[in-house]
Amino acid sequence: MFMNFQWPRVDSITQPDSLKAIRQTILEQIFLAKSGHPGGSLSLVEILASIFDKNFEHTVTNPERPDRDRFILSKGHGVPALYSILSSLGFFAPEELRNLRKFGHFLQGHPDKRRFSLMETSTGSLGQGASVGLGLALGLRLAFSKGQISRLPRVYVVLGDGEMQEGQVWECLMAAGKFKPGNLIFILDRNRGQIDGSVEEIMSLDPLEDKLKAFNLNVSTLDGHDVSALTRFFASLEVKSESRPTFVVANTLKGKGISFMEHPTAWHGVAPKKIELERALWELFGGLPKEIPEGEPIPDCISPFGRLTLKGEV
Amino acid sequence: MNSANVYQSAFDKTQKAKASRLSFGEELAELGSVDSRIVVLDADLSKSTRTDIFAGKFADRFFNMGIAEANLIGTAAGLANAGMIPFAASFGCFLTGRFDQIRMSVAFAGANVKLVGTHAGVGIGEDGHSQMALEDLTLMRVLPGMTVFQPADDYDTRSFLKWSVAHKGPVYMRLTRQNLPALARKKDAQQFSVGKWQLLTEGNSESPIVVFATGSLVGPSIEAAEKLSQKLNASIEVVNANWIQPYDEFMLSEFAERKAKLWVSVEDHYVTGGLGGLISEWMASRGCPARLLKIGVSDFGQSGTPEVNSQAYGFTPEGIFEKISLAFENLNSR
Repeated sequence: MFMNFQWPRVDSITQPDSLKAIRQTILEQIFLAKSGHPGGSLSLVEILASIFDKNFEHTVTNPERPDRDRFILSKGHGVPALYSILSSLGFFAPEELRNLRKFGHFLQGHPDKRRFSLMETSTGSLGQGASVGLGLALGLRLAFSKGQISRLPRVYVVLGDGEMQEGQVWECLMAAGKFKPGNLIFILDRNRGQIDGSVEEIMSLDPLEDKLKAFNLNVSTLDGHDVSALTRFFASLEVKSESRPTFVVANTLKGKGISFMEHPTAWHGVAPKKIELERALWELFGGLPKEIPEGEPIPDCISPFGRLTLKGEV
Repeated sequence: MNSANVYQSAFDKTQKAKASRLSFGEELAELGSVDSRIVVLDADLSKSTRTDIFAGKFADRFFNMGIAEANLIGTAAGLANAGMIPFAASFGCFLTGRFDQIRMSVAFAGANVKLVGTHAGVGIGEDGHSQMALEDLTLMRVLPGMTVFQPADDYDTRSFLKWSVAHKGPVYMRLTRQNLPALARKKDAQQFSVGKWQLLTEGNSESPIVVFATGSLVGPSIEAAEKLSQKLNASIEVVNANWIQPYDEFMLSEFAERKAKLWVSVEDHYVTGGLGGLISEWMASRGCPARLLKIGVSDFGQSGTPEVNSQAYGFTPEGIFEKISLAFENLNSR
């Protein structure tokens, strides 16, 4: 597994081959860890790819530069998707993805800033990443206004829709509407599922857009799997020091991309078994990636993904 | 032994008594001129926490977050992660009541947030239990990497504030609503250093009793020790136990070598987990043979004037004196 894995050599992580590889590595991470949250990771793929592809100012060789854009995954359980994206951008080798949820490793089960500085804050207790994002946006705006940094960084915060039930999120949105940091961008992964059932039946958010607008936010609703629309949207955002913060409701499918995982609850926090992983990879790539001779057992290391690593391809 | 001199000279009577929240507010506004990274967040209590002084001078670095403490703490963490030095202030009960936000966004994320909780203990008086911080030391002390400090007077408050700006890491400071008398500092011992308690008396190795007091009860404990020393015709040691985490293990070790058979902790805070808690933990792990009397609060607080509350909970010099006398007699009659 991952032994020969390379990220597809594409000039954009929003290209289909790349999106497939991100989904593949999400599933493989969770398969190897034997636990994790595939549904809410798969729903994030296009959102993250469209942000990190061209709309996220960063330097891989200087990941902590003070004027970098910031990203907070407030719905911390979707972090395998973020790890895949960061690896695909070159922040760390894909081999590290084998270590999701392993003791002592920086790829903790939920984002851990003390072990992995790019996480920007530690999340996993829902609702809190939103406030930290607000503070980052205010602090960076202040630093920019005092000339301590030469550009106004963007601060992206991705929330889950179950997470919107946390009171702290609404405290934060109220304050965001007051202080108006124009560099603050919330994205809601509106996959309509949470552990115990659909968001609609557990604690409905509707009328969501009306509520958000009433909090003085600049609200847009987009297809959370239309990667070009998302990319265009983030590129078109004008980031000013003082303006209504942006809130994107991105309609998504939990488990997106794998037919049998597209369900509001079934794959919230369940790791795929080997047969399920194989079926998922078959769907993604139209066949098991590497032929395993008849009679030979399928090794634990399932997929060197020949398809992605064959010379000359992509 | 001229005991009156020892105890009374522990006070600096040239200075007026002052609430530690006011010392904080004044010093914070001064530090704001020195370091432009300092920002302040309050939750609609700036006139009580005294961050209003800073707000008046540095409007662009003051954020009134409204009555929304969970978001206040998270926002402070974000400001810290952006390179600022945020002071997040409210009543101690409301601030530490948002324990999960402090646990996750501040402590676990290693955010350089300075938490300041005012209105400590039953000493606030009439507002009653809901406004009294009584478990805040316990809650903050349990968090790895969290520095916890409770000043006894103006000097302590200002010294810790300056230290906390230079220190990179989360801190919690516990302040009082009511005025506190100034303690005397010997010129050569004025260096303020991490985890070092202050021995307020002369240090007689024959003392049968040592009193570790913190915050608002340091003054009454000195007075109580004076009465005790007269009654027992012995010197009683009193310590200003201002550092809660880290605390002065060195001084505890020194006392463990001495003859005092009764140790006393005094705090306007629950007896579980605060100063008394940390001393009892230390004594148990060390195998210290002395007995520990924990003076503090063990039930919900209630309304009453500060004076009435102080008497009811036994926090007057007389109340402390009586509790220690009784415990000492019981110990000797065993």
